[in-house]
Parts: sequence; C-alpha cells; structure tokens
Amino acid sequence: MTIATTLDRTLTAVPTELARGRGGGGPASKRVVVAYGFWIFILSDMVMFSALFAAYAVLQGNTAGGPTGAELFDLRSVFIETMCLLLSSYTCGLGALSAERRQPGRFLIFAVLTFVLGAAFLFIEVSEFARMVQKGAGPSRSAFLSAFFTLVGTHGVHVAGGLIALIYLAAQVIAKGLRAAVLRRLLCWSLFWHALDIVWVGVFTLVYLMGDYH
Amino acid sequence: MTDAHEHVFDDRTPGVEEHEPTASYLSYTVGLGLAILATIASFVVSQTNLLWPPGIPVGLIVLAFAQIGVHLVFFLHLGSGSDSTNNILALAFGVLIVFLVITGSIWIMSNLSSNMMPMSVQ
Repeated sequence: MTIATTLDRTLTAVPTELARGRGGGGPASKRVVVAYGFWIFILSDMVMFSALFAAYAVLQGNTAGGPTGAELFDLRSVFIETMCLLLSSYTCGLGALSAERRQPGRFLIFAVLTFVLGAAFLFIEVSEFARMVQKGAGPSRSAFLSAFFTLVGTHGVHVAGGLIALIYLAAQVIAKGLRAAVLRRLLCWSLFWHALDIVWVGVFTLVYLMGDYH
Repeated sequence: MTDAHEHVFDDRTPGVEEHEPTASYLSYTVGLGLAILATIASFVVSQTNLLWPPGIPVGLIVLAFAQIGVHLVFFLHLGSGSDSTNNILALAFGVLIVFLVITGSIWIMSNLSSNMMPMSVQ
C-alpha cells in the first residue's frame, strides 16, 4: 500500500498535454467515466422528478372539497423522516470513504447503519400513507392527493430500490471484496443515495413546509 | 498488490491524487452539520413568525437551495477539481431543464386557470 501510494504521488506530476481525459493522454480513467455516466442518469431522474414537482405545484390547491395538506401532514414525523434520511446520507458517505480506504469491516458497519436509517425513513413514510388512506384521503380523493402520492411515493420507491441495491452491494463486498469494479458500483450507489436526499429536500420544502406553514 | 498496480496506471487522474480520497470524515461531518442547521431553520421558519409571514415561502426556497448546495459540495463532492468540470456542466444543463419544466408548468397552468370561467369560490 505504501509503495503504491508513493508511486501514485510520483506519477501524478503528468504534464497537461499528456494528461488523461484531456485528449493527449487518452481517455479518462474508468472510474471517472463510470461516475460521469451515472451522474447523467441521476440528472435524467431529476428531470423526471421535476415533472412530478411541477404537477404537484399546479394541483396543490385542487382539493375537491377534501382535506388540505395542512389538515393531513404531521410535521413532527416529517422532521424525523428528514433526519433519518440525512443521517443515512452521512453514514453512506462514511461508508464510501471506508470502502475507498479499503476497510471492508468498517464499510459493512456503515452499510448496516445506512440501511437501518433508510428503512426507518421508509417505515415512517409508509405508515403515514396508510394513516392517510384510512382517513379517506387516498390518492383517488382529489387531484391534490393524486399529485402528493405520486411525488412522495415515487421518491419512496427510489428509496426502496436503493435499499435493495445496498443489500446486493454489501453481499458483493462480502463475496468479492473491495476490488475496483465493486468500488465503482459503490461509488454509483452513493451518488444515487445522496441524490435521493437532495430530492427529499425539495419534497419536505415544497410539499410539507409550504403546504403547512404558520 | 496487482490490484494496487492496476490502480496506479488505470485509475489515475492528472493533478488529482485520486486514491487519496478527496473527502474526509471531517468534510462529511461539516456537511451534515450544515445540512441539519438548514433543515432545522426551515422547520422553525415555517412554524413560527420569525420571518415576515408573506416572505416565508421565499425564505423556505432560499433555505432549500442552500441545503442542496451543501449536499452537492460536501456529499457529492462537486468542487473546482478538474474531474468535476464535466459533471458540473451536465448539472447546469439538468438545472436548466428542471427550471424550465417547473416554472413553465406553473406559469402556463396559472395562466390557463385565470382564463377559465369562474366556477366557484376558490
């Protein structure tokens, strides 16, 4: 490891015209290219979310005589949800860092924490949904509620997908170790997870706080 | 060892010591602290009269943008490094599309609904 690090240090002094990813030195490293491609996917996902946000913003007031957001939302549990997701983003970052530093044990601890916090988020969200549907405020009640369940539900589906992918990746780390390909997948997964937290910032601001402010 | 070798030649970027992780526990912790501050500020602003009430939506939007910025810099590591250039350009395009879709929809739909026949008291 120390030899590799020293070698790394000496080799980083490459003149710009020979640098990789700038033309002269050939294509950028696989890690950079993979992360870039996944970043494009995330941005396309953001564009899809923007359509759902726009639909929600437009339909927010169309409650068809049904309950409004202020009557339905429980900001205390939204705050707990927000903190769960934020902390899971943090542990996900620490996990990615441990993976980069080749510490599989530490990575797995952070992966478990991330999973538990993400699952807690999902559990609170699903029980909120169940409570609303029980009250007769399901997605078919009004245009407002259709838009609400579509937007928040799509985010929740992404979180659920992320949790499944995390199990799969943790299994890969256990079975294959932290080799280059696994590290690239972990990098993509952590980009995805952080992006979901960014979408959630939009959700709690636009849907919950702006729908129910003093 | 072969794995480390592969890294030196295959996964290296000029000017950036890529496998010295660019992030640290400290930067994630700073990011978490700032994000928690922004979150608490949004919840407080929305539930109290700390801000001039008609300005609350604007305040919430500003706080949301601040928090998104914190996430991008401290969690997604979009910085001024050479590796970030392409990602930032792609992000700028994404932000443009998101902005067009959201403001365009709100603008057009509010225009349409103000041209509708009045049906009932809104």
